[in-house]
Amino acid sequence: MMVTPLFAATTVDALTFAVAAAIVLAGAIGVVVARNPVHAALMLVMTLFGVAVLFVEQQANFLAAVQVIVYAGAIVVLFLFVIMFLGVDREENVAEEPLRGQRPLAVVLVVLGLAGLLLMGFGAHWSVGARSVAGASRNASGGDVAALGRSVFTTYLFAFEVTSALLVIAVVGAVVLARRPGAVRPGPDPDTDADAMPAPITGSDTTGAQEEEPPADADAGGDADGGAVARSGAEPHSEEVSP
Amino acid sequence: MSLSGAWYLGLAAVVFSIGTLGLLVRRNVLVMFMCVELMLNAVNLTFVTFSRMLDDIGGQALVFFTLVVAAAEVVVGLGIVVAIFRRRRSATADDFHIMRG
Repeated sequence: MMVTPLFAATTVDALTFAVAAAIVLAGAIGVVVARNPVHAALMLVMTLFGVAVLFVEQQANFLAAVQVIVYAGAIVVLFLFVIMFLGVDREENVAEEPLRGQRPLAVVLVVLGLAGLLLMGFGAHWSVGARSVAGASRNASGGDVAALGRSVFTTYLFAFEVTSALLVIAVVGAVVLARRPGAVRPGPDPDTDADAMPAPITGSDTTGAQEEEPPADADAGGDADGGAVARSGAEPHSEEVSP
Repeated sequence: MSLSGAWYLGLAAVVFSIGTLGLLVRRNVLVMFMCVELMLNAVNLTFVTFSRMLDDIGGQALVFFTLVVAAAEVVVGLGIVVAIFRRRRSATADDFHIMRG
């Protein structure tokens, strides 16, 4: 494939591409080298905005809007929420290397892969085929939004329906994964759960709900009901319920 | 006349490689997820570029589906991170060995 020089395009296009590419690359490098996960997330936002600019540059206006809304508005916010929820926003010791020689090996592998990719793409005419004769044109009437909608609801209708099933599964999976283990089974006392944990922690410091359980087994029959009711509510308030 | 697609493809290849490098080097699981997002974005950029070069809307439709899959992946992945963090009080990749069966 011929790589036309940058100034062969119009000046505005070339300038936009140069600035957006610089933003994208700076953000991508920032994600990798940032020690603080919050900084990495903000660098990721920068990269996403740069990619959105590149989408606009290629007349994919709808995707640019979706990119900003879904990625920067939802996914990165989810990242930041989890980072701050877990409190892992302290600096990571990047100098520590758990596997000897992993980083040089990774760099060598990635550079080799990139060189191969670029060689195959630009040297061997590997990545471009003939022009499309089957797909819908991008320049149909109504712009890219109408063309994309028509394509999604006709050609890719089955994939679209499968996507909805995927989203439902993801929501169910997230709810199942994120709820507390004590809230799933109200029957047995949580001490056995604590023993089943591989982590070497005892019942006093695992969760707040287990702190206030009475330690004696004698009144387990009477109190298990109250505890079960309080836990089966599956609300965070159940931690404050004192027996 | 806008820019040749080769520039976009080259940029996407570089961004994909940076994401791969981050995935290999970093140990914080959240940062690893961000690097996966970088790789997905690079692939999205190639899809849009090919969509423009071949004048086919299918590339953009594929980006649409990639966005949905990325969102679902992040939701489930972060759920797993939260569940493991409850047990281990840290979120590095070394803690994930407790997922073995």
